[in-house]
Amino acid sequence: MNDVVISLSGISRSFGEFYANRDIALDIRSGSIHAIVGENGAGKSTLTKIIYGLLAPSSGSLSIKGNAVRFTSPRQAIEAGIGMVHQHFMLIENLTVTENIMLGDEGGSFFAPLKTKEAARKIVSIAQAHGLDVDPDSLVSDLSVGEEQRVEILKLLYRDADILILDEPTAVLTPSETSRLFATLASLRDEGKTVILITHKLDEVLDVSDMVSVMSKGKVVATKPTAAVTKPDLARLMVGRSVLLRVENPPDRPGEVIVKASDLSFVDRKGRKRLTSLGFEIRAGEIYGIAGVEGNGQSELLSILWGMTEPGSRIDGSITVNGLSLNEMSTKEIAAMGISHIPENRLRHAVIKEFSVSDNIIFGRHRERSFSRFAGFNTKSVHDYTKKIIDRYDIRYDMQSNPPLSALSGGNQQKIVLGREIERPELKLLILAQPTRGVDIGAIEMIHKKIIEARDKNIAILLISSELDELISLSSRIGCIYKGSIRHEFSAAEILKGRSSEQDLEKEIGMFIT
Amino acid sequence: MRNTLLKLLTPLFAVVSALIVSALFIMATGRNPLDIYQKMFSMTFGSDYGTGQIVFRTTSLILTGLAVAIPFKVKLFNIGGEGQVLAGALAAATTGILLPSQTPPLVAISICTLTAMMAGSAVALFAGWLKVRFSVNEVISTIMLNFIVQAFVGYMLTWHLAVPSTVHTPEIIQSAQLPMFDSVIGIWNKSPANFSTLLALASCLGAWVMMFKTTAGYEMRAVGLQPEAAEYGGINPNKLILKAMATGGAMAGLASTNLVLGYKHFYEAGLTSGIGFTGIAVALLAFSNPLWIIASALLFGFLDYGGLTVNAYVPKDIFMVVQAITILMVLVLTKKSR
Repeated sequence: MNDVVISLSGISRSFGEFYANRDIALDIRSGSIHAIVGENGAGKSTLTKIIYGLLAPSSGSLSIKGNAVRFTSPRQAIEAGIGMVHQHFMLIENLTVTENIMLGDEGGSFFAPLKTKEAARKIVSIAQAHGLDVDPDSLVSDLSVGEEQRVEILKLLYRDADILILDEPTAVLTPSETSRLFATLASLRDEGKTVILITHKLDEVLDVSDMVSVMSKGKVVATKPTAAVTKPDLARLMVGRSVLLRVENPPDRPGEVIVKASDLSFVDRKGRKRLTSLGFEIRAGEIYGIAGVEGNGQSELLSILWGMTEPGSRIDGSITVNGLSLNEMSTKEIAAMGISHIPENRLRHAVIKEFSVSDNIIFGRHRERSFSRFAGFNTKSVHDYTKKIIDRYDIRYDMQSNPPLSALSGGNQQKIVLGREIERPELKLLILAQPTRGVDIGAIEMIHKKIIEARDKNIAILLISSELDELISLSSRIGCIYKGSIRHEFSAAEILKGRSSEQDLEKEIGMFIT
Repeated sequence: MRNTLLKLLTPLFAVVSALIVSALFIMATGRNPLDIYQKMFSMTFGSDYGTGQIVFRTTSLILTGLAVAIPFKVKLFNIGGEGQVLAGALAAATTGILLPSQTPPLVAISICTLTAMMAGSAVALFAGWLKVRFSVNEVISTIMLNFIVQAFVGYMLTWHLAVPSTVHTPEIIQSAQLPMFDSVIGIWNKSPANFSTLLALASCLGAWVMMFKTTAGYEMRAVGLQPEAAEYGGINPNKLILKAMATGGAMAGLASTNLVLGYKHFYEAGLTSGIGFTGIAVALLAFSNPLWIIASALLFGFLDYGGLTVNAYVPKDIFMVVQAITILMVLVLTKKSR
């Protein structure tokens, strides 16, 4: 059982001057779950791409099951028994589960009839063995995200893959789906298959893996049996210093009600009901968290709050900030009330990646009087302000070359957005959607600190996040959103108490969001 | 740094390779390409008159280039330069004819220029409105508007405006005519180069300042690069689409002053001769940068007039081939360097 199935030695991969992987030596044992953790940009995905044949290493050697290989395409990796579940699923929506699984492995000649029945039988038998049940005849477009992921895994098993690479598989799953996935992975391992799990969630590593490798700056800095490490150990190895995993959260002093949503309903352009009599209140100086699985009305709520509902949709009920209704307001008017919004999709909505750092630091606030002179900008005040934000939010980049924003790391980009939005003059309400998605641990620590700081300046904060531990450690109260309404609200006292037994609280929240 | 250098070299490389390819064409006609190029050069930049001709042509192309470049900043492809120039030309000529002949020059020129700009602007704005209101693709609407304007201008000329048994209108009043460089400062002997050139250069500078130094330009670039983010930033893309189209159309309208107020002093059928379309190429070669457009328009102005000068030896169409190859090379090279 314990023979090495994948062995990398001296693997390096450079892009120009930059080494994404440098001198990597790693042995992965057959029949184990091997986690690879690391911050964004540590080289995890480059490494998996090399194993999966999507990238050729610049130097070094790779051997699979004892044979030295040199993959030039994923096809060869697949033939060697390697399968990969990408973070973004590669399924065709309007084909059935069986058709998707057979795709690329149909057998027979071009005009031969498809043997779907036979394939469906095989799929069902694999599925039953590993708790991957999904109806082989349903269309992929009708499946939930969790089911889609099961189809992806089935696709690999159908092709007899015995080495499975999963890239951030839990990012889109609910807590119960996650534990279900882990049960599947454990059963696959017990059958002798090898699972490589790419993740940045340390709890998951500790929960499910047998071995763990930590990557940092393109190198594997440690490979250890999971049983021998703790969460702080891993965090320290990843970042290179001790990290506060849980932000210090002193008691809050909530003031008057700032946001009040009552009996809020929303029907989208196509007539589908997205929010149903949703109600909550946020006070000044408190953080109201909203927990929920994606697609339960969070985006619709955000679009109402930011004046971006599509034409043809309908809002019923009311949502007010400081007593003023937002229903008919434009984005510009809402922002002018002292409201900031950090959208979930940073690159698409919060920044212009071709713009410079300073152009981005004023983006959305570029009409403020202090930045303008005549019809243009006051270059000096914009420059000074940029410098202030860079210092205060510890934004790191090569200032000399004045690079476009896209040259900065995700964490630094997010700090720019955070700085810009928190420092909005006369800020009353801060709306945060997935504020730490795609951000490394070091930056998360700092972002959380800044959020608490903003709260203590008596700003009302709405936090929508899919990371339950983030919600629990920051929020004063948590509302659980399910099918467009707040199904349950956890009081401040319950949250406070729950922080000492986080796992239990997470489970409890999990029950209200599924 | 290396990227900017590469970007600067791309057009140069494109032009050189286009000249080499057309040398092959010239050889196929049985002429010595070096001979032809040498003749062409001496009759263009080599002569006073030739230089004036190039300046004249460049002026029109700068403005039709801007007509494409400005909307392109918000990712709109204005193919309607030709129609917008035509509309401007008709407007400038008509106003110039109708104004009382004792109108002071400054007033007459301003009024004619403004009506030309407004006419070009109105045509482009209509396409912009169709886009904003009904999401009609601007490529299609501007092309269609070309046909409509062409037909309308043709009708107006034939049935209402033309001097009997000619294809041109009467002359505009004296005071609406823009002075020639030749008659005022005595350069570019007898060539049609006139003071519109200064308007064109000022427009480039103005467009550059607007794009890169003003809040409006900042918002336009944001909309062009990432329209969804712009909306999150509280920018209304529709307003900017209308503004950009209106400004672009105004530039095309302004191009007609070079032809009508500066050169012919009347409108005649075929006066615009495709400068609206060449403007697309000019903007493309200059990556829609208002200042580079000057250089790009100069190149096209040179090829345009240069082709005419050697028409007796080789068909001038060869130089249209040069223009086409240059554009294709630029497109290929910029794609590859990405």
